Amino acid sequence: MKAILIWVPTLRLSDLQVGQGGTVRHVDDHSAADAIARRLRDLGFVAGETVRLVARGPFGREPLLVQVGFTRFALRAAEAARVRVSQDPA
Amino acid sequence: MNAAAAEARIALVGNPNCGKTALFNRLTGSRQKVANYAGVTVERKEGRFTTPGGRSFRVLDLPGAYSFDAASPDEAITRDICRGAFPGEAAPDVLVCVVDATNLRLHLRFVLEVRRLGRPMIVAVNLMDAARRRGIAIDLPLLARELGVPVVETVAVRRGGAAALVDCLDAHGAIAPAAADGASHDLHAEVRRLLSLAVRMPTRTAAIDDAIDRVVLHPLLGLLLLAAVMFAVFQAVFAWAAPLQDLVSAGVGALGERVSAWMPEGPLRSLVGDGVFGGLGTVLEFLPQILILFLFILALEESGYLPRAAFLLDRLMDGAGLSGRSFIPLLSSFACAIPGIMATRSIQDPRDRLATILVAPLMTCSARLPVYTLLIGAFVPRREVAGWFNLQGLVLFALYLAGIASALLVSWVMKRARRRDGEHALLLELPSWRLPHWRDLAIGLWERARIFLRRVTTIILALTVLLWFLSSFPAPPDGATGAAIDHSFAGMIGHAIQPLFAPLGFGWEICIALLPGLAAREVAVSALGTVYALQAASDDALSAQLSGIVASEWSIATGLSLLVWYIYAPMCLSTIAVIKRETNGWKHAGIATAYLFALAWLAAFATYQVASWVFG
Repeated sequence: MKAILIWVPTLRLSDLQVGQGGTVRHVDDHSAADAIARRLRDLGFVAGETVRLVARGPFGREPLLVQVGFTRFALRAAEAARVRVSQDPA
Repeated sequence: MNAAAAEARIALVGNPNCGKTALFNRLTGSRQKVANYAGVTVERKEGRFTTPGGRSFRVLDLPGAYSFDAASPDEAITRDICRGAFPGEAAPDVLVCVVDATNLRLHLRFVLEVRRLGRPMIVAVNLMDAARRRGIAIDLPLLARELGVPVVETVAVRRGGAAALVDCLDAHGAIAPAAADGASHDLHAEVRRLLSLAVRMPTRTAAIDDAIDRVVLHPLLGLLLLAAVMFAVFQAVFAWAAPLQDLVSAGVGALGERVSAWMPEGPLRSLVGDGVFGGLGTVLEFLPQILILFLFILALEESGYLPRAAFLLDRLMDGAGLSGRSFIPLLSSFACAIPGIMATRSIQDPRDRLATILVAPLMTCSARLPVYTLLIGAFVPRREVAGWFNLQGLVLFALYLAGIASALLVSWVMKRARRRDGEHALLLELPSWRLPHWRDLAIGLWERARIFLRRVTTIILALTVLLWFLSSFPAPPDGATGAAIDHSFAGMIGHAIQPLFAPLGFGWEICIALLPGLAAREVAVSALGTVYALQAASDDALSAQLSGIVASEWSIATGLSLLVWYIYAPMCLSTIAVIKRETNGWKHAGIATAYLFALAWLAAFATYQVASWVFG
């Protein structure tokens, strides 16, 4: 049987609107041994996990408050941009 | 069983915010010893307890860790000790892995990582009360069967809340999991499997957390609340502490008089009376302020507010080359830079931590207040400004602001100098809101007090005695006029360094007063009193007399120049010693001293020159 490839449009976690949710597809490595990407995976940003952008900091668009699993983390935009998500239907 | 074999070593490990330290406090009470791990400034907390069955245990409270893939010195220590690879620390006999029952998705992953070590372990599912309130049901026996290790429930904040853990240790001890179990397993997939098997969770977050966060993290309301909280803390530190401080200084003074009255007249009596009690009294006076400040910081930390303050301020502080996490240490530094610099241990990024340590001395510590009060009283007229502001108050406020602005500027310059040196991660967990438990606050406060007192009775005592010696010997020759201190070593040094300070408008009297100010800045005031050979019953009376003399003897330019000098005031030996200790070397202590001295000199020079020109 032929494998069926479904193309899922992804966007960066940092591009979500406040209140919007999504499902993690993968975490990009920005370098060969990207410690930040590794840590994000350890904290639960792994494929299939649901995330939600809860709030943004008061000065500009950073930091982001992200709910993953049962936990909330404050991430800077550069950290959140590593996380690729598919948007949940509104 | 003999005594040596009876004392087993257990270590508490777990994610940050799992309530591990509360459980540690519950197990050991106040039988704790706080020190540092060899060679690093990570706090090592150890305690003891004996089970009802008569077995005694030594408990190590390891730093919180998200993963053995360590991202900070704290996590590296936890990893190395769990693996038995930390030099000088024996591997624990039992690992007690603490998890938050309301946050199992994150915490179980770390349990699986610990289980891979194949060492005897027990899982303590903590905060079970909070989990029940939220309708979370956890099948502990099933979890134990799946994990292959004992699983017990604990409620660290409740009396007897650790009973199940103690019983488990007492009865059969820990069980080592099957070694090398699924080393290639996907831990996240395994966590999901365990959760779907053993845990029923109606909602992902607590409704109360969402409601509080909507206000606390609101762009406008949140910042207003933060400002109000900070104002309340300052008000408490400066208003509530004042009567306690008077009590401490009166107590130490009375004790000093009592002791020196017993002693025969002579240099030894002067050493004990003026050197030991006089010197220590001025430093001990800050204990109430430090304790009140720490009470607030501990309560805010335990409740979960401080990470939220860091969230609100991160953008602002990142722009200045710091991090949201720098907020707490810098806040502490308004009481005293020493606890502030020690509090930088919570900053994981080493560069952010270093930047915070280097600018912490610029926060106006309470030791500068007596100097500011004296000089403002002498040189700034008491005048109304714009209806209801007082000019003296405005100047004091400006001095505080100048310190903060200088700190932001210095850290910004350091950030520029470093250029692009990679990313600075924030990755900060905002834990659930919790009501702080009085027992954890009391134990935390007692630890702070002990650290401060140990410092006072060692390094500060030694420096105080040294400075007393310098300013008391040699005694003035017979028939000499003027102050005795003028003939002492301190006087000689004062005269010798005066040319360096002449461009700032400092006379030799000020130069002499700068020397004792090395031990504690506020001592500069009493040193000026000594130089002008004043006799006064109390410090307040001394300050009032001194104010008149200073106003008539010094030019306005000199007074303003000295005020500005004290914004930077590099001369606090205890702070320099703490920087050396926390950065493991003299390099950064040297950098801090040099840049503070240069800033102080340049700013005072500019102030003196401009003020001389303006006021003639």
